[in-house]
Amino acid sequence: MILPPGLEAILTFLQNWWVEIVCGVVIVAVVPLIAGYVVLVERKLMADMQARLGPMRVGPHGLLQPIADALKLLIKEDIIPDNADKLIFWLAPVISMVAAMTSMGAIAFGPAFQVARDINVGILFVIGVSSLGLLGIILGGWASNSHYSIIGAIRSTAQLVSYETAAGLAIVGALLLAGTLRIRAIVDAQQQLGVWFIFLTPVAFFIYLVASIAETNRAPFDLPEAESELVAGYMTEYSGFRWALYFLGEYANMIVVGSVATTLFLGGWLRPFPNVHWLDWLDFLPPLIIAAVGVYCVYRAGKQPVEIQIWFMWAVALACFAVAVIFAAPLFVTSLKFILPGLHGAFWFLLKVSGYIYLFMWLRFTLPRYRFDQLMHLGWYILIPLAIVNVLSIGVAMILESEFGWNRWFAALLTSLFTLGIAALLVNLYDKRAAAASSPATAAATDPYAG
Amino acid sequence: MLDSIAFYFFAGVAVLSAALMVTRRNAVHSAVLLVTTLLATAGIFLQLRAEFIFITQIILYVGGIMVLFIFVIMLVRLDIALHHIRFRLQRWVALFVALALGVEITVVFLFARRLPGQGLLIQEPAPADKLPPNTEELARSLFSSYLLPFEIASVLLLVAMVGAVVMAKKRIDQ
Amino acid sequence: MGNALQQEDTTQKNSTLLGADELVINMGPQHPSTHGVLRVKLKLDGERVRATECVIGYLHRGVEKIAEHRTYQQFAPYVDRMDYVAAVSNGLGYCETVEKLLSVEAPPRARVIRTILTELQRIASHLVWLGTHALDIGALTPLFYCFREREEILKIFEKYCGARLTTHAFRIGGLQYEAYDGFEKDVERFCKNFERRIQDYVDLLTGNSIWIGRTRNIGVLGAADCIALGASGPVLRASGVKWDLRKAQPYAAYEQYQFDIPTGTKGDTYDRYMVRMEEMRQSRLICLQAIEKIPEGPILGKVGKVLKPAAGEVYHSIEAPKGILGYYIVSDGTTQPYRVRIRPPSFVNLQALDKMVRGHLVADVVAIIGTLDIVLGEVDR
Repeated sequence: MILPPGLEAILTFLQNWWVEIVCGVVIVAVVPLIAGYVVLVERKLMADMQARLGPMRVGPHGLLQPIADALKLLIKEDIIPDNADKLIFWLAPVISMVAAMTSMGAIAFGPAFQVARDINVGILFVIGVSSLGLLGIILGGWASNSHYSIIGAIRSTAQLVSYETAAGLAIVGALLLAGTLRIRAIVDAQQQLGVWFIFLTPVAFFIYLVASIAETNRAPFDLPEAESELVAGYMTEYSGFRWALYFLGEYANMIVVGSVATTLFLGGWLRPFPNVHWLDWLDFLPPLIIAAVGVYCVYRAGKQPVEIQIWFMWAVALACFAVAVIFAAPLFVTSLKFILPGLHGAFWFLLKVSGYIYLFMWLRFTLPRYRFDQLMHLGWYILIPLAIVNVLSIGVAMILESEFGWNRWFAALLTSLFTLGIAALLVNLYDKRAAAASSPATAAATDPYAG
Repeated sequence: MLDSIAFYFFAGVAVLSAALMVTRRNAVHSAVLLVTTLLATAGIFLQLRAEFIFITQIILYVGGIMVLFIFVIMLVRLDIALHHIRFRLQRWVALFVALALGVEITVVFLFARRLPGQGLLIQEPAPADKLPPNTEELARSLFSSYLLPFEIASVLLLVAMVGAVVMAKKRIDQ
Repeated sequence: MGNALQQEDTTQKNSTLLGADELVINMGPQHPSTHGVLRVKLKLDGERVRATECVIGYLHRGVEKIAEHRTYQQFAPYVDRMDYVAAVSNGLGYCETVEKLLSVEAPPRARVIRTILTELQRIASHLVWLGTHALDIGALTPLFYCFREREEILKIFEKYCGARLTTHAFRIGGLQYEAYDGFEKDVERFCKNFERRIQDYVDLLTGNSIWIGRTRNIGVLGAADCIALGASGPVLRASGVKWDLRKAQPYAAYEQYQFDIPTGTKGDTYDRYMVRMEEMRQSRLICLQAIEKIPEGPILGKVGKVLKPAAGEVYHSIEAPKGILGYYIVSDGTTQPYRVRIRPPSFVNLQALDKMVRGHLVADVVAIIGTLDIVLGEVDR
């Protein structure tokens, strides 16, 4: 059958790229839902750490809360401030959300799930495109036509730009060890070395952790969007679904940042100790963990007060067992072994990303907020110099290993200790400066009846 | 075939946004359209298999320079700043420069193969998997043959940064 | 005093940059962090605050005027509504003032129970302060922990007098209700648990470098300034002045108990935080000492049903959780007072805001208002 040339090109394209297209569709369809449920998880975790229960009413244990919230936001009145630039007002949250989702395109959620087929500049793509979200923030603040919004947007942008530099330098540290920008190659390098990069360069991981918290405007760096501050932030004038887009963009950004950290530092989709073969029984962990969740649901099912909740817990338990069987199948059935890396890899990857995001949430509930000047000082005076020193020290460690034949671990330890020493020095200087500078001099006693 | 579609799409977006950009009254709209133009140009780079330049364009140009532009547009009171501008011949100069540029490019295209030793070198596009990896090639040449210009450029940037900070601090202290 | 904002009127009108001029920002009256309906006008120079002006009165209810048309007993529930976070202390101050006017003493048992309830109320008030102050600075969790402890105290109050917030716990001349069965056990159980809970707050905040960075050297008020402005309570004690009416002019049953007066050194926000934390610990110690030995006896002194004090005036002050709470009552011989003037600690402490805030950044204003621990019900009456 002779097809017109256009149609033939399209069919070849689909034939070659259908996996990636499916991954892309999944990302666009699933990420907003996942982001909504991450919000629910955050609320439940916050409640748990604060000795309360969190959302319980909407659906069993509050599980339908994100759906209810999404519906409510969709049917809200769309308020656009007076004299606001309508086009930019509409565009800004869209830019934020699109930037976050596009950057997910290059992330490999496991060796089989990646939209951009291992682009040459993988990590750089993720960082670069997610930094386009900046435009969404500043345009949103400006388009709101409110003095406070512009100030909040400028503060937020300044914070993001500063910590992007620190994050990028921290990433360079891990990239030196990987030797490539391609995402799959980075994880493969960790597999070849047999160790996650966090153990070779822990300082870079912690710098990236702090910088990524500031990147996503999370506490303790959330001054631009805190409710109790004077300047209400760039999101003030946004209500309804526009606000939801910003919010979802922020949570999607958290997932992106967590994925980058997992790929670079936590071994991506590798299980712990990927090269140690006598630990191959760790491959059974994913189905065991899922089955354990199912067992816990069965255990709790007996304690539910209402009958429908008992049925619900049993349904969840059965779903867990079914998923556990799916995960265990390739381990036992040899013909299915080819899906093992993809399936289990995705599981480990998501587990690590979840752990990273859990850390974000934990820090949010524990720590108070930095003031803006303290935040900028932390970024420019402490993190960026430390990241630069870290890059140098990793370079030195690599040379010591390759040219002088030192033991890799010893070189890494030595240089890490040196970097930590520099960190202690910088923090010490910061404390001294903060103690000296932030006290306005107390004058003599004032006469309260004057004036 | 796919290459052509991609190219025409990106090129069309770039030309259209550029044309719209210079005709907008609202400076922020122009800035956003410039962002679109730059993204489309980055797309063309990607289509030419120059991935590193593609992403560098996005990170530096769009994520850095355009954010700076938008900051300035928002913070400077343009209506007052416009009063300070004394140069009234801007439109004529722009027209002249645009025409001169257009003539130059046309000459280069038309007479490319007839002028000895000059003109564009038009290569056949190599298939993607035969090309050497883009980033590594760039890094290799930057750090070997072009090391001195690279270092000079970085020192220049450092000087510019320090100078900007010093100038800004002076104005705050005034 | 004039409008402070109009006096300092430098201008830089030629600037084309947004924000280079001086800016007047309005905070409140509806604002999550002003702890009530307080309006603060801030004159900013860039990011620094140059002058402030507080506008109060949004919660003025004419309490002192109402007092002139109520009998002494009828007015007692009104004072609860002033500092609604620490109602029991208000009641204590008022009842003791009227008792002084009548030259009547509450019996020893009443005095001890009053002390226990007032110290529990002090802990509860400081818990509200701690939770909201931490929330303003960004720590989300201490608020819920503090309110969990406060819930225990409010349960004790509810069992005792039926109300949690506006308790009207005391009567002129003593108490109306006996301590219920299990009162000592409840208080003892609360005090035993509380030590561990305070450690929770200390773990979360005291050593936290972000907390220290937000509170050290913020809102410094020297001792001389405190005395000149009339500040009292933890604000005064954090500046180093060891003045507490419970020791200086003891009332209720405070002479019988051993407790310390915590003081600070610098008078900054961190010192006020440490002083209030230590005060909670000391209150707990007072409660533990008090419940060991509650004397038996009557709970209401010899006070008639109709109170007609002799003409005269009296001033009595107590150490409320927020500072010195004073009542000045003028009697003209009838059943209704001629004038009741209340000296609320928050009102006087609020005047220190201007001095404390100058030179700080806008983000610190919220922390400084929080550290003063004001309640607008008291400020406005």
